[in-house]
Amino acid sequence: MKHTISVLVENKSGVLSRISGLFARRGFNIDSLAVGTTEDKNISRITLVVEGDDYIAEQATKQLNKQIDVIKVKKLNRDEITRRELVLVKVKMSAAQRGEIVDIVKIMQGQIVDLSPTTLTVEMCDRPDKIDILIEMLSHYNIIEVARTGTIALQKGAEFV
Amino acid sequence: MITGAEAIVRSLEQEGVEIIFGYPGATICPLYDKLSKSNIKHILVRHEQHAGHEASGYARIKQKPGVCMTTSGPGATNLITALGTAYMDSIPLVALTGQVDTDLLGRDVFQEVDITGSVAPFTKYSYLVKNAADIPRIFKEAFHIASTGRPGPVLIDIPVNVQNHKLEFFVPGEVNLRGYKPTIKGHVGQIKRVCRAINSAAKPLICVGGGIFTAKGQKELKQFAETVNIPIVSTMMGIGAVPTDHPLYLGMLGMHGKTIANQAISDADLLILIGARVSDRAVLLPARVGKQTAIVHIDIDPAEIGKNLSTLIPVVGDAKEILTQVMNVQPEIKSNEWIELLNSKKSKIEPDYRPRKFGINPKAFVNLFTEKLPDDHIYCADVGQNQLWSAANCRIKTGRFLTSGGLGTMGYSIPAAIGAKFADPEKTVVAVCGDGSFQMNMMELATICQNDVDIKIVVMKNNKLGLVKEIQKSAYKNNEVAVDLTGSPNIPFIAKAYGIPARTIDNMDEAEEAINEMLTYKGTYLLECVVDANESSV
Repeated sequence: MKHTISVLVENKSGVLSRISGLFARRGFNIDSLAVGTTEDKNISRITLVVEGDDYIAEQATKQLNKQIDVIKVKKLNRDEITRRELVLVKVKMSAAQRGEIVDIVKIMQGQIVDLSPTTLTVEMCDRPDKIDILIEMLSHYNIIEVARTGTIALQKGAEFV
Repeated sequence: MITGAEAIVRSLEQEGVEIIFGYPGATICPLYDKLSKSNIKHILVRHEQHAGHEASGYARIKQKPGVCMTTSGPGATNLITALGTAYMDSIPLVALTGQVDTDLLGRDVFQEVDITGSVAPFTKYSYLVKNAADIPRIFKEAFHIASTGRPGPVLIDIPVNVQNHKLEFFVPGEVNLRGYKPTIKGHVGQIKRVCRAINSAAKPLICVGGGIFTAKGQKELKQFAETVNIPIVSTMMGIGAVPTDHPLYLGMLGMHGKTIANQAISDADLLILIGARVSDRAVLLPARVGKQTAIVHIDIDPAEIGKNLSTLIPVVGDAKEILTQVMNVQPEIKSNEWIELLNSKKSKIEPDYRPRKFGINPKAFVNLFTEKLPDDHIYCADVGQNQLWSAANCRIKTGRFLTSGGLGTMGYSIPAAIGAKFADPEKTVVAVCGDGSFQMNMMELATICQNDVDIKIVVMKNNKLGLVKEIQKSAYKNNEVAVDLTGSPNIPFIAKAYGIPARTIDNMDEAEEAINEMLTYKGTYLLECVVDANESSV
């Protein structure tokens, strides 16, 4: 099972390495990790997606909380959050294939952000499962490179971490 | 304006530091230079690992952070084992390491090592000081973090040029870290649940760990157990939480523990864990215990609760505080039935103190030795068979039992004893080790001589790494590999080379007289006890 954990941390050097080290050491599997500053420049938000059972999720939350530089930790309920991920996919194609790919991108509500005679680059920002579909569809062509940011998430409505 | 090194010394003085255990080197020289002008005493160790262990022994007795310092590179890496040892046993340390010049960081220059990165898994926190102006704040925070909540080691890495930079010194105000606010008081609702659980239990049992000493809650524990009439077992770290001859105390539990203590764990219907981690050595089958027994877990570290044992009632906070809270709710006083049942079983199990055909009976020796020692003695046990002989047979009354419980670090006892003696010079401090562990710390005999330290050392000599030998016997078809200590020196001769009087005994008939001789001698004394290599741990 995948758990999404939102972590507010002090924006200091070494914090990310402490947290990733903690996960490696305790054998927790990180599916994705996204980090960036918040409205307060002294605070960063780390959004973690962790694979594991409830015990792992609880332990991960507790061990994160134990870190001195961690200000707040919240395990987010899957149904109560807005999740987004950004992906860039570079596909190699022939002129004949271009139309088909453009169709896929249109249906998936992505955008073509770069074009060359033999390649195009698709950008899409959506739920991680939608991005999986895009990549699956494009995999029938020749994908050269994929870059995903990892999931970021916020709670719906007035709730906050 | 003062230099970074002067600011460090001043910060240490502000924190009330009286003694530092350390070993110098190039990148920590500015600090040593300024430290010499302070009243803070410096003890030169003979290996950096022991600087950490000495600070640990000191911290455990003084109940405040022990301080150790080393140079960069190998000085810092040698300290790692001591930091890991302190981390596992939740001992407050502040470790200072020199570091190469900030302009050279990351270039793999001479004696550079990423020590803050290396120790991240087993320090509570660490700092790399890049700006001398941060020194007063960092030192204030470091002592706060090391000594509050669940204590632990904090490392401060200080590049050599930062030690020479100038800054305007200031005394920092209260530490306020928004990500670090340990819970002290127990949740009122949880306290009530604990009392209800006690009221409905027929066979309640307390299991106490090292956390009780951190909380300074020995008195409250004794009061609680006596008032409510609940028997007590302890982990190795919890030995001495109540006097070992207390009528409610059943002994240490676990793999190498007392049969009666383990039996009590499996028979109990309510287990109250206080400041204990429930490690694999303490409870072999945590899953099974959790199924049959309701578990109350009192710990200051929420991450320990539910980690190894599924808990019915978690109570986060300081053990002393929580025990007082529980007492105030006045749980029902339990009948004697369960205690009498345990006592009837207990009296059937006699410890094996019979004389041996060859050598000393180490179990009988430990028992006799601790009987001869003053009630408030500090007993430092090393790691190996000697640790198990000590743990199971020592008598601790008002004193302390210090050992490396979590990490099982061989060579802990002598440096820990040195540190403990500096913390409380009035107390009789003893170190009991094996011939294997002695050879991991014997260089500290020089530290003892240089500083006129008075500790009593017992070396259990069987010419084997006995505990490993036992594992090889039971699990590897008696295939003894690399456990023979042939080639070891004559240990009393080693002591005498340092000017330390020493004696060997190989017969229990001599034991009492030899112990008396050792205890009446003013100064460090080493007693070697010859033990049969096939003597079992339990």
